[in-house]
Amino acid sequence: MSFSNNLKENVIRSAGVDPKKCMKCGKCTATCPNGNEMEYKPHQFVYMVEKGDIEPLMNTDSIYKCLSCFACVERCPRGVEPAKFIEAVRVAKIRKQGENHLKADMIPDLLDEDLPQQAIVTAFRKYSK
Amino acid sequence: MQRIGVFVCHCGTNIAGTVDVKAVAEAMKYENGVVFSTDYQYMCSEAGQNIIKDAIKEHKLTGIVVCSCSPRMHEATFRKAAQSVGLNPYMVEIANIREQCSWIHKDMATGTEKAIILARTAVAKVHLNAPLTSGETPVVKRALVIGGGIAGIQTALDIADAGFPVDIVEKLPTIGGKMSQIDKTFPTLDCAACILTPKMVDAAQNENIKIYSYSEVSGVKGFVGNFEVTIKRKARFVDETKCTGCGLCTEKCPQKRVPNEFNLGMDQRRAIYIPFAQAVPKIATIDADYCTMLKTGKCGVCSKVCTAGAIDYTQKDEFITEKYGAIVVATGFNPIKLDKYDEYAYSQSKDVITSLEFERLTNAAGPTAGKLLRPSDGKHPHKIVFVQCVGSRDTRECGKSYCSKICCMYTAKHAMLTREKYPDTEVYVFYIDVRTPGKNFDEFYRRAVEEYGVHYIKGMVGKVIPEGDKLIVRASDLISNEQLTIDADLVVLAAAIEPDKTARPLATMLTASMDTNDFFTEAHPKLRPVESPTAGIFLSGACQGPKDIPETVAQASAAAAKVIGLLVKDKMKNNACVAHSDENMCNGCSNCAKVCAYNAISYVDKEFRMPDRTTRVRRVAVVNDAVCQGCGACTVTCPSGAMDLKGFSNKQIMAEVDAICK
Amino acid sequence: MQVNEFKPKIVAFCCNWCSYAGADLAGTNRLNYPADVKIIRVPCSCRVNPLFVLRAFQRGADGVIICGCHPGDCHYTTGNYYARRRMTLLFSMLDYLGIEKERTRVEWVSAAEGAKFAATMNDFVATVTKLGENKRLEDLRCKK
Repeated sequence: MSFSNNLKENVIRSAGVDPKKCMKCGKCTATCPNGNEMEYKPHQFVYMVEKGDIEPLMNTDSIYKCLSCFACVERCPRGVEPAKFIEAVRVAKIRKQGENHLKADMIPDLLDEDLPQQAIVTAFRKYSK
Repeated sequence: MQRIGVFVCHCGTNIAGTVDVKAVAEAMKYENGVVFSTDYQYMCSEAGQNIIKDAIKEHKLTGIVVCSCSPRMHEATFRKAAQSVGLNPYMVEIANIREQCSWIHKDMATGTEKAIILARTAVAKVHLNAPLTSGETPVVKRALVIGGGIAGIQTALDIADAGFPVDIVEKLPTIGGKMSQIDKTFPTLDCAACILTPKMVDAAQNENIKIYSYSEVSGVKGFVGNFEVTIKRKARFVDETKCTGCGLCTEKCPQKRVPNEFNLGMDQRRAIYIPFAQAVPKIATIDADYCTMLKTGKCGVCSKVCTAGAIDYTQKDEFITEKYGAIVVATGFNPIKLDKYDEYAYSQSKDVITSLEFERLTNAAGPTAGKLLRPSDGKHPHKIVFVQCVGSRDTRECGKSYCSKICCMYTAKHAMLTREKYPDTEVYVFYIDVRTPGKNFDEFYRRAVEEYGVHYIKGMVGKVIPEGDKLIVRASDLISNEQLTIDADLVVLAAAIEPDKTARPLATMLTASMDTNDFFTEAHPKLRPVESPTAGIFLSGACQGPKDIPETVAQASAAAAKVIGLLVKDKMKNNACVAHSDENMCNGCSNCAKVCAYNAISYVDKEFRMPDRTTRVRRVAVVNDAVCQGCGACTVTCPSGAMDLKGFSNKQIMAEVDAICK
Repeated sequence: MQVNEFKPKIVAFCCNWCSYAGADLAGTNRLNYPADVKIIRVPCSCRVNPLFVLRAFQRGADGVIICGCHPGDCHYTTGNYYARRRMTLLFSMLDYLGIEKERTRVEWVSAAEGAKFAATMNDFVATVTKLGENKRLEDLRCKK
């Protein structure tokens, strides 16, 4: 499976459902047991993924507040399955992790003659994948 | 040998601009069988038609070809002209040299060449044309209306007013349908019973209308103008001719615990019952499932109290057969079952009700005598939540993908009436969209919000949890982007509507087509909305699609107009271009009957003289000219080549192919 | 300029209710398509007997196209379904006989699709022209 650079396409593909089917009834949010704890509610996930507004979703803790209880999937009248979008955003976020890690060729510039060997090894352990 | 005349039209410059019409007329003179060929400015004009008429008389033409515009335009004109001078109208062929030649080609040489080929093709076909006469069948001047709701009643009244006898078949003991259960109607808020019951009485008293209540259609034979319908009159164990409708039996019957379907099971009736006070016909009916006498043979209270002696425990189902010229389907709708919608707790709590149940709760003749009380404890509810689109616009299996159309308006009505009668009640309506197209509809909905203070919330209810004597409603408010929790006393669900369950088997009997939702399809979605594609079957009301009362009545009257238009004819002209089976070639294999969409083909056993002077009986296909629509599906299916289509025969089309490929 | 430019003979069977009206609409809208297409009006696409198609090829047609109402829109309810099945069978047999699949076609054209009718015909004529003359099934005895 190839991943394009388009975040929206990737999220929709890994969710496997079509956000355009949503008729914006809000039953997912109504039915969500943890909805009031979420900054972005289930229906917003569907809407914002469709708009391509994925960055804010990745940076909210709402993706970890979804309990994956699938109540929204069960009750969505249009078969949109919002939980799958939340999961897809969560996966996208995980895949982005490690992007701030040090690359091997960046290391030599950072080295200091006085740096103890042990610290270098620890840093490698800490920053490389 | 045919004597053929060819008439080439200039159509001003429409044809003459890119087709050398003189050359076409000249070329046709040399075609086999052509004895006359000419051209004229406008063949369809009075003068042009006279040229044709004169030529037919003068040259004793047996067939003519008009090279002009599309046959869809002027075929009828030229056929009429030919008929007026005694030439059979089916001896006229049109070569379409305008829409399919001059208008699409820019170049004179190309246009002329093609026009000549098209004219030649038409001439080749005329050679094989045979005079056709469209058959006539007498029309039975009586109509059948299936379903006695407002749609059926209105259709029957309109047909009866025009002087034709109409029979209404209603499966319940009374006519009136869903409208009789409704309390008020939107957007005028008149009382439904006040406008419906006079119509029911009209129908009962109209001498042209006969009501078969507690009856069902069990078989349909025949075709437009000549249907033969078997009606099953279910045993009601009461002699209709004797019962006076006094209602004494319904008071004395000891079996009191029968759920009353008229009030949707919210109260109880007796085993012998009259559905409601204004029932038409006002005749008691014994419910065989609950009657102690019928079940155990011990009771007989009703027959003892009946002074008219109308009770007859030995009554059996009766079948009657009647002939009709036209059939109107008015089978109506039902709210869907909500047992698949667990999240709304419909089956868990008595205080979660459907909108139709709410109608009964607010109706003066309902289980609470019109007082809005909770079904569970009889207390007045102070917080009511209305949920829209329950089952409508739902693509899951348990739901309906269409919009049920009437829910937005009746919910606005319920909310408004509740706030008017009980101003201390808080009313919430959860909606996805509010759809109010219709005269004064949106104004009505706005009044509910602005004048009556109904809380309309854009969002949906996700779950209803019965807790103590409250119903905890968990919902979303999409505008303020939050979850809401409301402790309601009563939840009203706007259940989707679906066609009545009897519609599907009925459609099979009538060979009328249905869509995937079991709504009857119309002959043309825009231009023939009240006719079924099957000739002689008309559609009235919600059996064709969700409709409110004004639309239903409009369609009912439209269907009646169509029926009257059919019944005023003494005889019906049939399509002349029908299939025809050569019985000498037919081997009786039934393939043609299987592909016929109209059931126009039947089989008869016929005696044939054999070469050795004996006779043999063979089974051969017979096409009913009155039913055949002339599609030709059977002609291709026939393995022995016995079946052919008049006007588009195998030989004619082959001749056309030959002429084109020459 | 080529002198003997190949002009294919194309027979089009159009159902009276949709495709023939669509062809009329193409004319009304003055949409060009080659004059090589000659239309035969039939009540329904299901009236087209496979024999007609064979006859056309026998008589030297280079392509045959059958146009009917869109599935589900047939004036006779189910006629076009029969046409679709019959022609699928026939075309695969013709392909076996060496009549290329591109020479035969079934298209759904509604009464409102004048543009589609013209486009279909343009495309079909171009395809058949590329294939050249059909000699496989032509009966030389029919030639004078």
